[in-house]
Amino acid sequence: MAESTVITPLPGVFYRKATPESANFVEVGTQVSAYTVIGLIEVMKQFSELTAGTAGRLSAFLVEDGDPVEPGQVVATLNDE
Amino acid sequence: MMTQAINKLLIANRGEIAVRIIHAAKALGIPTVAACSEADMDSQAARLADEVHLLGPARADKSYLNVEALLGALKATGANAVHPGYGFLSENADFAEAVIAAGAIFVGPSPETIRRMGDKAEARRTAQAAGVPVVPGSPGELFDVASALKAAESVGFPLLIKASAGGGGRGIRLAENARQLSEEFPRSQREAQTAFGNGAVYLERFISKARHIEVQVLGDGQHAVHLFERECSLQRRRQKIFEEAPSPVLSPLQRETLCASAVRLTESLGYTGAGTLEYLYDDITGEFFFIEMNTRIQVEHTVSEMITGIDLVQAMLRIAGGEPLGLQQSDIRLNGAAVQMRLNAEDPARDFFPSPGLVEQLLWPNGEGTRVDTHLYQGYRVPPYYDSLLAKVIVHGADRTEALSRARTAVEHTTLTGMASTLALQGELLQQPWLHSADFHTGTLETWLAERRSGGAA
Repeated sequence: MAESTVITPLPGVFYRKATPESANFVEVGTQVSAYTVIGLIEVMKQFSELTAGTAGRLSAFLVEDGDPVEPGQVVATLNDE
Repeated sequence: MMTQAINKLLIANRGEIAVRIIHAAKALGIPTVAACSEADMDSQAARLADEVHLLGPARADKSYLNVEALLGALKATGANAVHPGYGFLSENADFAEAVIAAGAIFVGPSPETIRRMGDKAEARRTAQAAGVPVVPGSPGELFDVASALKAAESVGFPLLIKASAGGGGRGIRLAENARQLSEEFPRSQREAQTAFGNGAVYLERFISKARHIEVQVLGDGQHAVHLFERECSLQRRRQKIFEEAPSPVLSPLQRETLCASAVRLTESLGYTGAGTLEYLYDDITGEFFFIEMNTRIQVEHTVSEMITGIDLVQAMLRIAGGEPLGLQQSDIRLNGAAVQMRLNAEDPARDFFPSPGLVEQLLWPNGEGTRVDTHLYQGYRVPPYYDSLLAKVIVHGADRTEALSRARTAVEHTTLTGMASTLALQGELLQQPWLHSADFHTGTLETWLAERRSGGAA
């Protein structure tokens, strides 16, 4: 079972949902494609989507909703079953 | 009225404006406390203030927008006044109220004034009551073509038919004359009914080539004065990029009429502190219309300071400390011209994508009439959590030509490496003939940016 990681290229704040009232983009255990949005990175008041980058099953989030992130930081892990 | 001197000032803000407020307080002999988030503990403001108080985590909602944390900071530091700067809680009436309830001074107008001018409809009514022109519109909702045609007589063409329940630019149709209004009105009603479940529409004058012109005012609760106007038409997504004072297009009579209207409105509010009244100016008819009031200091206050020699932030602190204005309108002279260029941590080549980073090389211009308001220093890491403003390069000249020429030199003499910024874009902007001839309106900058992109001008 191969593992891969989702890395943020940007610094900022990581969000798992589009608005405080929305549902999470994805839950742990969900099958995602490379283009699936797993969260948002807010940098200087602008929001960018963070996509999974590779297909797989989302196995864990290493960053909580609303936490600061640094470029290169691992946000989530995927495995390919 | 409370007349209490400021003995220690808490700065509820960050970045360049926090530094600016520290300078003003220092000049008045007032000790300062920089209220900082975790991300700002090594900021310029934290270094310059007499004391630093940690508010909370980096995120603004946990620090600079956290009323409880700010009230805690007042208590912990013994400060008896708060300067809110701009943005964050600067126009939050509840915050101003909480500061006053805690026995401290809010450097700004009363919570009632903040609330009143923060409500668009109420601000419009207040302006009308003070005899200040607002964008002409129908007095209320319209239900048939005949009444729309009647209302159009006073609104004037071209006009917009707007859905009452619309917003964000949706539910709007343009009519250039009575014939078009007759045709478009029923369509607008049907569209509004379908889109918003409410067929109510109203009319508003359409100003195709509007300039954004704003008047700086100061009031002490009894009297108010103006510091002339600023022209802020050059905007991208409603964010000002390049500002100047005075407006290059107003005649002395227009200036006098515009500024007098701002003072009238300010005095009708019993306004205390610094404020700005924003207007749309119709280049074609020469009319101006009040749109809103900002009840705080603004980013571009600097150009008004440069042409009048008045320190607005010091004036705010003096007034908040109970001093009278001490200025008559006749004391305030318009001297020369000034421009301000905003340097933002944004990459114009990547559609202005944010670019926080580490300041590597830094060199500021220091020619005659040149001023730089910034919080940057060499080795400073610009955090990604807040807005992208890095610095304001401000230049004064005997006239607009000299100011623009000095602005070009100032841009050439600035070095900032370590992140993308709008520095080079400002240099390019200063080469545009339409900038020199002041032939622009609020849409010009975006049109230029779009042409620049597609024209491949690297």
